[in-house]
Amino acid sequence: MLETIWFVLWGILWAVYFMLDGFDLGLGTLMPALAKNESDKQVVYGAIGPFWDGNEVWLLTAGGVTFAAFPGTYAVMFSALYSALMLILFALIVRGVALEFRNNADSVAWKKVWDVCMVFGSVLPAILFGVAFANIFQGIPIDAEGIYRGTLLTLLNAYGLLGGVFFLALFLEHGAIWLAVKSDGDLQKRAGSAARTIWPVLLVGAVVFLVVTWFRTGLYDNYLKNPVLFVIPAVAVASLLTTRVFIAKAAWWRAWFASSLVIVSATLFGVVGLFPVLLPSSLDSAYSMTIHNSASSPLTLKIMLGVALTFIPVVILYQGWVYNLFKGKATGKGTAFGDLY
Amino acid sequence: MNVLLLSRLQFAAATLFHFLFVPLTLGLSILIAIMETKYVTTGDEDYKRMARFWGKLFLINFAIGIVTGITLEFQFGTNWSRYSKYVGDVFGSLLAIEASVAFFLESTFVAVWAFGWNRLSRKAHAATIWIVAIASNVSATWILIANAWMQNPVGYVIRNGRAELTDFFAVVTQKFAVLEVVHTASACYIISGFLVMGISAFHILRKQNTELFVKSFRIAVVFALIFSIVEVIQGHVHGTEVAEKQPTKLAAMEAHWETSAAAPIHLLAVPDEKNERNSLEFARIPGALSIIAFHSPDAIVKGLKDFPKDERPPVALTFISFRLMVGLGFLFVLLTVVGWLKRSKLDSSPVFLRIALYSIPLPFIAGQAGWVVAEVGRQPWIVYGLMRTGDAVSPIASSQVMVSLIALTVLYTLLGVANIYLLFTHARKGPVDATADTHKREE
Repeated sequence: MLETIWFVLWGILWAVYFMLDGFDLGLGTLMPALAKNESDKQVVYGAIGPFWDGNEVWLLTAGGVTFAAFPGTYAVMFSALYSALMLILFALIVRGVALEFRNNADSVAWKKVWDVCMVFGSVLPAILFGVAFANIFQGIPIDAEGIYRGTLLTLLNAYGLLGGVFFLALFLEHGAIWLAVKSDGDLQKRAGSAARTIWPVLLVGAVVFLVVTWFRTGLYDNYLKNPVLFVIPAVAVASLLTTRVFIAKAAWWRAWFASSLVIVSATLFGVVGLFPVLLPSSLDSAYSMTIHNSASSPLTLKIMLGVALTFIPVVILYQGWVYNLFKGKATGKGTAFGDLY
Repeated sequence: MNVLLLSRLQFAAATLFHFLFVPLTLGLSILIAIMETKYVTTGDEDYKRMARFWGKLFLINFAIGIVTGITLEFQFGTNWSRYSKYVGDVFGSLLAIEASVAFFLESTFVAVWAFGWNRLSRKAHAATIWIVAIASNVSATWILIANAWMQNPVGYVIRNGRAELTDFFAVVTQKFAVLEVVHTASACYIISGFLVMGISAFHILRKQNTELFVKSFRIAVVFALIFSIVEVIQGHVHGTEVAEKQPTKLAAMEAHWETSAAAPIHLLAVPDEKNERNSLEFARIPGALSIIAFHSPDAIVKGLKDFPKDERPPVALTFISFRLMVGLGFLFVLLTVVGWLKRSKLDSSPVFLRIALYSIPLPFIAGQAGWVVAEVGRQPWIVYGLMRTGDAVSPIASSQVMVSLIALTVLYTLLGVANIYLLFTHARKGPVDATADTHKREE
């Protein structure tokens, strides 16, 4: 029972992380296409600046919870995905630094350097998280000892790449909508038209992903056993359609919430399909890492549950307060820490 | 090179680099909080300008601290998977608690502080920097509790082929953890104090914004003085705990080869690990090691020779790092005492101001040396007495670790250079004059 609760929390943490960092990764990727001049760029940075730090802690927590609740899975998953994870980490480092350093740069040349870092640092994690999770959904070649019998290229299979493209599309849509929330004038118009352009691509991507998942993974087994669970992918599709409705009405906040729901339900679709497996082995299902063979002791799970149920709601409260505090339009002024002095 | 060595190099590089930025997050946040509180209580605009000037230095550092911290946490899984699997039940939970209890708080509120000058009342704004200061120190506390468990594992039992938690309270409150928290936090406060003293000295020397920087210096010197003294006293207690719990580390710290009563300390020596002796020894203080480690001149201190060769840490590196750390630690007391005595006549003490300026790197060096003593001195164990570092490494190809190590080294070097350049330019420039923005409820 404890293991099951932690499995659910594990999935929710990743879903929330993708929902929150998703918009700033997507927006970072879209920046060169949307921002025409320096003041546009400042708005883009300003729309990310106050939030990205807090968003990335959800990644740290998702990683930390994997470690604490399922150390066996943490060990196998993170070492198997070594190169992909290192790439993600380096990209996030470069990006975080670009966010803080750009506005301290005196010259146009340096600003360009940091802009390039921002774009690469955003697009790489967006794609690689998709590749990583698609591979987790379909299973990776791990043996009885939990040793990974593949290379980085093993992960770049068709389904993995499809996952990468799907995640990128999700985040781009989410990011475009966020910029529409945070900007006005021409920039907002461009953000809105980007959201409208990406949406059909995302829709096709989602449908293809759902179909290919049927053939390439065992995710649907749980759904067939328990058809009521189909409500999760149904919510994903419904909220994707709703997103388009709100985009058409230029109701940007609502579109953003709908798009958030798309990301959360898409992530949960995969996670629920995996249960009770955390990392399937493509060599032999007996080698898969599950909540039964990789969980922490009941004492640790209980202590952690107490901590999580006390503090995570508090985190949600104060992060909500912060989003509310900075809910206005991002302006060109005071867009990064360093700019304020 | 093999996976083990590459992974150790990578972890060392990542940790030492991380620890260049974290100390300022921990210490500078408190100093800024004090400055901003003075602004709120006295209404003196100088303190606001101070908070903003030092705040920018703080923020430049903070970003790098955050992103390099994520790398550290994930490396346990990527490079030390056998360790993670074996002790994750105890160790993983401490990291997860750190993230959910404290790290969220500091990362969220640092943005509120940076962006909230015009959105919050004075008091509320000052409260946000206190939240950042407290949360980052709580965060460090959990990380150090986790490290203390690697130094001295308690509250667990070996069951199901791994270490399982039996007593959470013991893990969190053990003496080794308390000592490590006080020791490391004090080091961070000294580092931050010296940075503020040094940069202030630079501006006082140039007679720029003298009043503001004299005020900054005075706050910093008291802070650094207090914690330099705390560090020396605490360092002694810490040493006795190491003597009791980690006898091989103590022997390596002192390059002490032969088990003996009335064991001496050599202020300097050249350890010769191959022949199990010191090739040169200087300034012998008879009986000092027995007295310092066990509070008795007759106490027997076990020498390295009486430990199996495969349980000894690298002696020379541990010994030299320890000397460096302790020597600098005493120097900090001296410098801060002098600084405190001169606090009212700083502008007529140009020599001391110059010394203060050039002393900025010293506490950083001491901090790095301290981590080398703690981590290298713990070898060959990853968890002292429980698991060897060699058994902890991931079963992965060395080529990918080689690539990531090179990439990490290049990336961190570039970051370090960019960061130092930025800090340097900003520190030189000094505070900008009173800005136009005002607080929401300002009269």
